[in-house]
Amino acid sequence: MTTAPVVSVRDLRKRYGSHDALRGVDFDIHEGETFALLGPNGAGKSTTIEILEGYRDRTGGEASVLGVDPGRGGLGWKSRLGIVLQSGGEQGSVTVREQLRHFASFYPNPRKADDVIAAVGLEEKADTLIRKLSGGQRRRVDVALGIIGRPELLFLDEPTTGFDPEARRRFWELIRSLRAEGTTILLTTHYLDEAAQLSDRAAVIAGGVVVASGPIAELGGADSRTPIVRWRVNGELREQRTTEPGLVVRDLIDELGREPDALEIIRPSLEDVYLSLLEKHLGEHGTTDAPAHTATEAAR
Amino acid sequence: MTTQQLTRPAAPARLANPPARTLALGLARARYEVRAYFRLGDTVFFTFLFPALLLTIFSTAFSEGTFGSPGNEVDAAQYYLPGMLAAGILLSGLQNLGVDIALERSDGTLKRLAGTPLPVTSYFLGKLGQVLVTGLLQAALLLALAAVVFRVPLPTDAAAWATFAWVFVLGVLTSAVLGIAISAVPRSGKSASAVIIPITLVLQFVSGVYLPFDQLPEWLQQVASVFPLKWFAQGMRSVFLPEEFAALEPSGEWDLGLVALVGAAWLVVGLVLTRLTFRWIRKDS
Repeated sequence: MTTAPVVSVRDLRKRYGSHDALRGVDFDIHEGETFALLGPNGAGKSTTIEILEGYRDRTGGEASVLGVDPGRGGLGWKSRLGIVLQSGGEQGSVTVREQLRHFASFYPNPRKADDVIAAVGLEEKADTLIRKLSGGQRRRVDVALGIIGRPELLFLDEPTTGFDPEARRRFWELIRSLRAEGTTILLTTHYLDEAAQLSDRAAVIAGGVVVASGPIAELGGADSRTPIVRWRVNGELREQRTTEPGLVVRDLIDELGREPDALEIIRPSLEDVYLSLLEKHLGEHGTTDAPAHTATEAAR
Repeated sequence: MTTQQLTRPAAPARLANPPARTLALGLARARYEVRAYFRLGDTVFFTFLFPALLLTIFSTAFSEGTFGSPGNEVDAAQYYLPGMLAAGILLSGLQNLGVDIALERSDGTLKRLAGTPLPVTSYFLGKLGQVLVTGLLQAALLLALAAVVFRVPLPTDAAAWATFAWVFVLGVLTSAVLGIAISAVPRSGKSASAVIIPITLVLQFVSGVYLPFDQLPEWLQQVASVFPLKWFAQGMRSVFLPEEFAALEPSGEWDLGLVALVGAAWLVVGLVLTRLTFRWIRKDS
């Protein structure tokens, strides 16, 4: 089955004054897919997502969202989208239920307000004024407002900021159920475990370009997932990448004649892969502010 | 893949019958806005109750004094009632909406609405509806206060009330539309009150709301005549003051035709400015 991608971005560029925020971004998101956009602050994630939501004009390249140029989307187009922005500071002088019922009336085929309130776990706060909720609870209202219109495509810009661990788990369940219903989702997040849990594919943006993209399990290539053996010699950190960590440890013990200090065998998590991608990007582009905790390549 | 196909979100929505939808959503917005308005204590106090409070202060402070030419005097409450009604129109419309929309722009409310299929016209209708409802309640409160507490004789003929009705409706619409237009001026929500309240305050002082218009220097009267508040106050005086008070107006007449003309002109100016300048969000700011 070949259908046109729900979101298609080609050579997307954005310039603010003399600063190039996006310098040619490409990716596609297919129907029913959950796609994560990862990257450090200021990398261009929010600029990208806001161009696709129709909030910002691009300065170059092509973008298509549900077959429409997002710079020209009308009300019919907006009725098919769900948007969860980064949190705002609205006064919120209506209750959670009033807000959801009101927003439901904007859409031709909305979900029931009470169903959505239950889905985000705010049943007990349904009749509370939004301004009296905690930050994490308000964030859940944001998410509820994003899905009330039964969107085909859902944008989630750092949706779980301020959630406690239990709320985050519940949110993940909610996203999985939306995905199971066929909703296409574009997610930005700082939590790599979240991206790993939820998304089918991801792109890492740094310095306004995509430095890696693909299925989560393949991001950064097979080499970046090679286990690392790490230990200390006279207080100095040593490490070695190897596909046979057991053998390396055996050799190490033979060599030292004793148990190595602070021995670890690390299978790189998505976070490790992500950090090494950024490090590589920064190294190639000569930026000085590299992550502080970079792994030092040890010679053997 | 097949299960996904079966349970996919419903087919792309048709937004049927746009004018009816825009109107229905406008009414829904008005209900929503009115409810939210009365839950904010500070707006209720500073825009809704303020004219009633000022009427009470003026009526009490000048309770010994009389206003008007010898033989045609009225007491302070009756003299100040028309001005307070006009001030209420200005506060409920221009001041309230100017500050409110600037705040909604800076706190993300407008950005959120911009991402939904709410027509911008429905948003405006909601704001107009809110101003109309709160303005009417405010006027009713002022009239009741004047009649019951300060024993102001209210007009008994239908013609006077018909004049009140059209001056009020024209005033509220013009004031509200100018409020939407002026909301683009403050650069942030924080500065909105500081930018807009001085404008409305100066207008009230030069337009015969707090100071008797006939006692202002002629040049200031002419400046004030450019702006609509002077005319709305004059229209209200024609309803609530005895006929003889017309002699105190600059032309010696109530000039209701000019009240309608200047009010309508500012309504058109406000609509054009709104059309040209209103954006849900400032792109690329």
